[in-house]
Amino acid sequence: MKRATQATETPQVGRSVPRLESWLKVTGRAEYVHNLRLPGMLYGKIFRSSVAHGRIKRIDVSAARALAGVHSVVTAAEVKTLVPEPYYGPAFHDQPVLAVDKVRYVGEPVAVVLASDPHVAEEAVHLISAEYEELPAVYDEVEAMTSKAIVHETLKPAGTFPDLKHLKGRSNTNVALDFRLRRGDAAKAMKGAERVFEHRFRTQQVMHTPLEPLVSVAESTDSSLTIHTASQSPSFVRIEIARLLGWPENRVRVRVPFLGGGFGAKLYIKLEALVAVLSLLVHRPVKVSLTMEEQFFTITKHASTFRIKSGVTRDGRIVARDCEVWWNGGAYADIGPRVTQKSGFTAPGPYDIQDVSIDSYALYTNLPPAGALRGFGIPQLVWAYESHTDMIARELGIDPVEFRRKNLLREGRPQATGTRMKDAALEKVLERTAALLEWEKPFDHGSGTVRRGRGLAIGFKACIANTTSLAAVSVNADGSCTVYTSCVDMGQGSDTAMAQIAAEVLRMPTESVTVVHSDTDVTPFDMATLGSRSLFHSGNAVKLAAEDAVRKLNELRAELKLAADTPIADVFRKKYGMRAGSVMGGGNFIPPYTPPDENGQTENATPFWMVGATGVELEVDTETGRVRITRLINVADVGTPINPRIVETQLSGGAIMQLGFTLFEKMLFDAEGQLRNASLAEYKIPGLLDLPAEIVNEAVVAEQRSGPFGAKGVGETATFGVSPAVANAIHDAIGVRLTELPLNPEAVFQAMHK
Amino acid sequence: MRRAIQFRLNGASVEAQVAPHETLVEVLREEFGLFGARESCGQGLCGCCTVLVDGTAVSGCLYLAALAEGAHVQTVEGAAELDAVQEAFIERAAFQCGFCTPGFVLMTRQLLDEHPDPSEDEIRHYLSGNLCRCAAYPEIIEAVKLAARKRRQS
Ligand code: FES
Ligand code: FES
Repeated sequence: MKRATQATETPQVGRSVPRLESWLKVTGRAEYVHNLRLPGMLYGKIFRSSVAHGRIKRIDVSAARALAGVHSVVTAAEVKTLVPEPYYGPAFHDQPVLAVDKVRYVGEPVAVVLASDPHVAEEAVHLISAEYEELPAVYDEVEAMTSKAIVHETLKPAGTFPDLKHLKGRSNTNVALDFRLRRGDAAKAMKGAERVFEHRFRTQQVMHTPLEPLVSVAESTDSSLTIHTASQSPSFVRIEIARLLGWPENRVRVRVPFLGGGFGAKLYIKLEALVAVLSLLVHRPVKVSLTMEEQFFTITKHASTFRIKSGVTRDGRIVARDCEVWWNGGAYADIGPRVTQKSGFTAPGPYDIQDVSIDSYALYTNLPPAGALRGFGIPQLVWAYESHTDMIARELGIDPVEFRRKNLLREGRPQATGTRMKDAALEKVLERTAALLEWEKPFDHGSGTVRRGRGLAIGFKACIANTTSLAAVSVNADGSCTVYTSCVDMGQGSDTAMAQIAAEVLRMPTESVTVVHSDTDVTPFDMATLGSRSLFHSGNAVKLAAEDAVRKLNELRAELKLAADTPIADVFRKKYGMRAGSVMGGGNFIPPYTPPDENGQTENATPFWMVGATGVELEVDTETGRVRITRLINVADVGTPINPRIVETQLSGGAIMQLGFTLFEKMLFDAEGQLRNASLAEYKIPGLLDLPAEIVNEAVVAEQRSGPFGAKGVGETATFGVSPAVANAIHDAIGVRLTELPLNPEAVFQAMHK
Repeated sequence: MRRAIQFRLNGASVEAQVAPHETLVEVLREEFGLFGARESCGQGLCGCCTVLVDGTAVSGCLYLAALAEGAHVQTVEGAAELDAVQEAFIERAAFQCGFCTPGFVLMTRQLLDEHPDPSEDEIRHYLSGNLCRCAAYPEIIEAVKLAARKRRQS
């Protein structure tokens, strides 16, 4: 990775320490829930709905129960004996542990078979039959606004988020949030503009596809419950399971080892409520591990439609922007309403526009639920506004980079919410991307059947607010250090980063720090590992905790009349007369935040901004429509990297993943809402042969002043610009504009011959 | 239904009771506590379950355990010390979550046995059956090149 000097030069931070768990991972010995087996454990296999929307008339489990080796079969009837209101969710209490009365999408869990042998459980699932009274279904997010097919009879907001309260008890609607932002008067400004452009864009439903499929194990006594789960949000799991059971939180323990990938799939409640209830019902440990196929019926990324309209002056200044976004949330809201709002307010893009109007809708449909996927809605928005931006520039005959330059949000200027941009290196990121593309130089567009093009796009994201992270740091009698945090290492390298931060404060080598994995009985509360928030939030909490430990050590030195540089081990030996004792530091981090008013306006919308741009050079085979990326340039403002090597792998990894969503990944549904390609055989994810010939990653020199040692999150940043940069480059190559993802050969070919 | 089979596992002679439908990856997990080969797609499409049977990489999720009778099965846990490939994967940061890593390590060993000095194109093609959702691919290519150099030097 190209990088000039760090803003902060320090011994531990800014060093490319190999991941602390490297040895475990290359020898196959890293701990995943996938590996866990407990004595007496039963395996659960799920019977799923075969219709998209229907009332359950009958479930016949008798043959399954009768199969030799089956321990039991559980449906909603049994679940309700334990949890009368078995509905969960972070935004709405809408999702049942197992379908109650109704099914709302093909693949929804209806019953579970338990057996000691997973093959027996699997076989028994095929012996279950169900009868449904089919109801009209709705699949398209825009149709869902007015459809007669209603997915949920009444809306049940969870009560956690103030902007959902007004939806309580509402019926006859599929709208799970109608977020609205008004700044100035967009309609009036639009009328006054010399040129007006309006376009509509679509993104498709895709899936996270972590290679370790979702998996949870529960073990219980009558008064305590331990859940081992591949989860990005152990603290939330504890709170939500305790709420469902009506138990105090301290009787629910949630443990999370390493995750085999997460990407937003393993958030909130997925299998945890199910295994908890099953274990309490049968008094045995229960494990449910999904197959790759079943993951497609569990959590996905929102398909979306975005209508965007801009008023522009003749010389290329955007004076008004009107955005309408519809998010296809599927049958259960999951975190969709937060995607709708938290990402929705950046829908006009990183541009300085006086008059803005945004309407962003979370919709229920009869498809598998959608939630957070690496970017939390931002890639869908950037796809639209950066395609739109390019279309306007080319229409006006202005160079696309120049057009962006002219309209870019500068430091200190207010964004659509009114919040002023701070520590957001938009200009630098744009300029570096253009420079790496050698934008000023003439470009060879090829000839014959292979045409070449180049394009770029820039996006930004506000880190989610209002969220908290706590951490503790223990300094042991031998001078080693242990960090306690509920931040989850799903591959992003948080263990190593947290150790580096603690080591920096304590002035010790990173290698003498260990990080305890999430265990809600031990590690303190953390909102969740999501949305690139952890390095900033947990990182700050760890830093505070380490500073607290240093303060206490210094007090101890003063009390014992020891010199300020007395080694830690000597301090403890003097205090206790032998090797004993420890010092515990605590850190509680919650950044300031001001909730938006009814027009979406606030002075402080976010603790920090992420900025990412993508530059693409590609070839289009005009005979087949096939696109080959020859150069992929990822430029980002990540603040000051804690671990430059890991930052680079995050940038290129995020960009390659988004390249899959851009070029070929798509969940294909038939007219009955049946998913046709729920396996890696038919749903392809990027492999080595899909890799661009050249990848360049660059973190611009920047500092997030409120971040730990100047750092901020990086997990999603490189995803923002990929899709529109590719579409813009395709247009540059063959003069054809695509407005719907994915940009597969079929779509390119058809657009060429329209 | 179960019957005893004998085979060599990472150099040691072993015996296991296996059912006809059981796959090699299940038997390694259930009978021997080896988790390096792990099932992900279950369809022979991702390479997470890669093991070597008589020196050849197979998909342990599809390979019936009964067929391992008399064979030598090697898993990523086999070696006592890190080899050049594992060292290179660490030095080049060629993994994130690590779930795909054992499969890549074993496949890379086989690649380097056959092609001690592979071109980038050979690397991409040879390893194209192994998927990494974290997309550590650029680093994996670098690691394979480094491992090849390390092996040639020693
Ligand atoms: S699990 Fe065997 S190849 Fe994917
Ligand atoms: S490192 Fe996560 S799948 Fe490869």
